[in-house]
Amino acid sequence: MLEIKNLKAGIDGKEILKGIDLSIQPGEVHAIMGPNGSGKSTLANVLAGRPHYEVLGGEVLYEGKDLFSMPAEERAREGVFLAMQYPVEIPGVNNTYFLKAALNAVRKHRGEEELDAMEFLQLARQKMKVVDLDESFLNRGVNEGFSGGEKKRNEIFQMAVLDPKLAILDETDSGLDIDALRIVAEGVNQLRSEKHAVLVITHYQRLLSYLVPDFVHVLANGQIVRSGGKELAMELEQKGYEWLEQEVAATS
Amino acid sequence: MTTAIQQDVREQAAERFRQLGWPTTRLEEWKYTNVAPIARSEWKRASSAPATFDTQGMSLQGRALAELVFVNGHYVGPALQPAPPVVIKPIAQAPEEHYARYADYAEHPFTALNTANAQDGAYIHVQRAVEGFIHLLFIGTDGYESHPRNLIVAERGAQLSVVETFIGAGKYFTNAVTELVAKDGAVIEHTKIESESLEAFHIGTLQIHQERSSSVTSHCIATGGALVRNEINAALTGQGASVVLDGLFAPNGTQHIDNHTVIDHATPHCDSLEFYKGVLDGHSRGIFDGKVIVRPDAQKTVSRQVNNNLLLSETAIVDSKPTLEILNDDVKCNHGSTIGQLEEEPMFYLRSRGIGEEEARSLLVHAFAGEIIDRLKIEPVREQVRRALFAQLKDRLPERRERGR
Repeated sequence: MLEIKNLKAGIDGKEILKGIDLSIQPGEVHAIMGPNGSGKSTLANVLAGRPHYEVLGGEVLYEGKDLFSMPAEERAREGVFLAMQYPVEIPGVNNTYFLKAALNAVRKHRGEEELDAMEFLQLARQKMKVVDLDESFLNRGVNEGFSGGEKKRNEIFQMAVLDPKLAILDETDSGLDIDALRIVAEGVNQLRSEKHAVLVITHYQRLLSYLVPDFVHVLANGQIVRSGGKELAMELEQKGYEWLEQEVAATS
Repeated sequence: MTTAIQQDVREQAAERFRQLGWPTTRLEEWKYTNVAPIARSEWKRASSAPATFDTQGMSLQGRALAELVFVNGHYVGPALQPAPPVVIKPIAQAPEEHYARYADYAEHPFTALNTANAQDGAYIHVQRAVEGFIHLLFIGTDGYESHPRNLIVAERGAQLSVVETFIGAGKYFTNAVTELVAKDGAVIEHTKIESESLEAFHIGTLQIHQERSSSVTSHCIATGGALVRNEINAALTGQGASVVLDGLFAPNGTQHIDNHTVIDHATPHCDSLEFYKGVLDGHSRGIFDGKVIVRPDAQKTVSRQVNNNLLLSETAIVDSKPTLEILNDDVKCNHGSTIGQLEEEPMFYLRSRGIGEEEARSLLVHAFAGEIIDRLKIEPVREQVRRALFAQLKDRLPERRERGR
């Protein structure tokens, strides 16, 4: 589904990712862990097409197509979803209107019929329950006045509605209490199937107790320095990142 | 068709216009707007209204209490059936105690030009609180000039809403003046929708005269016209009066829209709020030139003036000039203005969910303009304005794309 080959990327001319290789198959959940400044968020943002992030080398194939040749909206329509670390507030843009427009853009792209207001509301209500968001949120501005936790749950709610093939979660767990964490993980778990893939980017292991990954990769200084199964996350939790960084420094 | 007094005023105004001439940019009040293209053109005067005309979907018949249509300055219908407590008559029957008493033809060239050449228009007289609104629809056609003239008088405690819409086709020149009188405790809502043809010239003046404890709200929405000047002057002459001036201007292409307002606090304990937003695209130019005067006797004045502008292209220009002229020290006044561009983060957020660039821009612009549009109380008018704004944005997208690449 996603083939990242020797990806080099950065921001403002500064190279942050220094050659990443990663292959994600449908049905898999991959976790990318790493210390602050290792390039985790750069990877998420460059995959989603955020402005100012530049691709400096390598390529990314998504379902066989060149991901970087598509503008951000086309990646979304093709089924790539980024749950953002800092969702922006957009006062004056109604949450319902926004999400209905997004869903219908995606559906139209897939050749599916657009939903009318009633059908959309029905779907939205059903998905809101999963992330325990109150229905009143539908009538507010996008993320307007939401608490940090509400913003993160809103990201997962949007993901549930849009039903992406590849969901990328950029530190969705940061700033969440244990209950919210469980809700977010539950939302993602509901998406898991043999057709869907998830890329979880996180600093801590705790989300991974609820959202158990198939593969764990450690990103340090712009490179994947170790890959393994879910037990790697446990190891990192116990030992921290330092031992890995030292080990890498010693062997290079 | 006119009273003796109107004829007298007409001659005085004509003489005054000969003395004043067309304003030039050397005048402080006109420094942003050059009207030479209007003066240079040859305009025809219609002697009557044409048999057919196009209301371009802007008719509010069935929604309004009454709708009066004027083409090239001439009233076309429908036949008026005065129904108290609202009386609507041709402007020629306006009472002399009010006609041309407020809009100053001695100093304002276009008011002089209008007063000298005033054709048809509505005299609306309301004596009680009336639910609903009256719609005046002015249509211009290629080659003509018109000078619509209206007078709205709300007696003590009366209440009314009036909507004026300006549309047309081709290159023409509209020079409209409306005088609005709010007697003690009267409440008037005035909405102006300027959706003139993109080749048209439009000069419009709304002259508001307020007495004790009256309340007037003016909404001025400008999306059309090649060269537009919206002048709104409010005189607060009775204690406890309050005025709100809302405005939205959204030029695109090479349009030029100038908003010029004066709020004159002449008596104590009056409030004014002015809130204008500009959305500018293409090579357009927009102006907000708003002045609040607080006279020496106008203690306890509360005034707030805000102008926020959104530039959608690198080639659009906006001049924002909020001015306070305070002549006593017992007041609460503030003003501010901002000029900004669409922010990248919200744009990316919308696009990252699958919403295309065009729709994302439109959503964000409507969010910005929504603060003014939502203040329009008449639902079909709100919808018309939303559509007009949407059309303004959509028209130039390919051009913008090219520049973006």
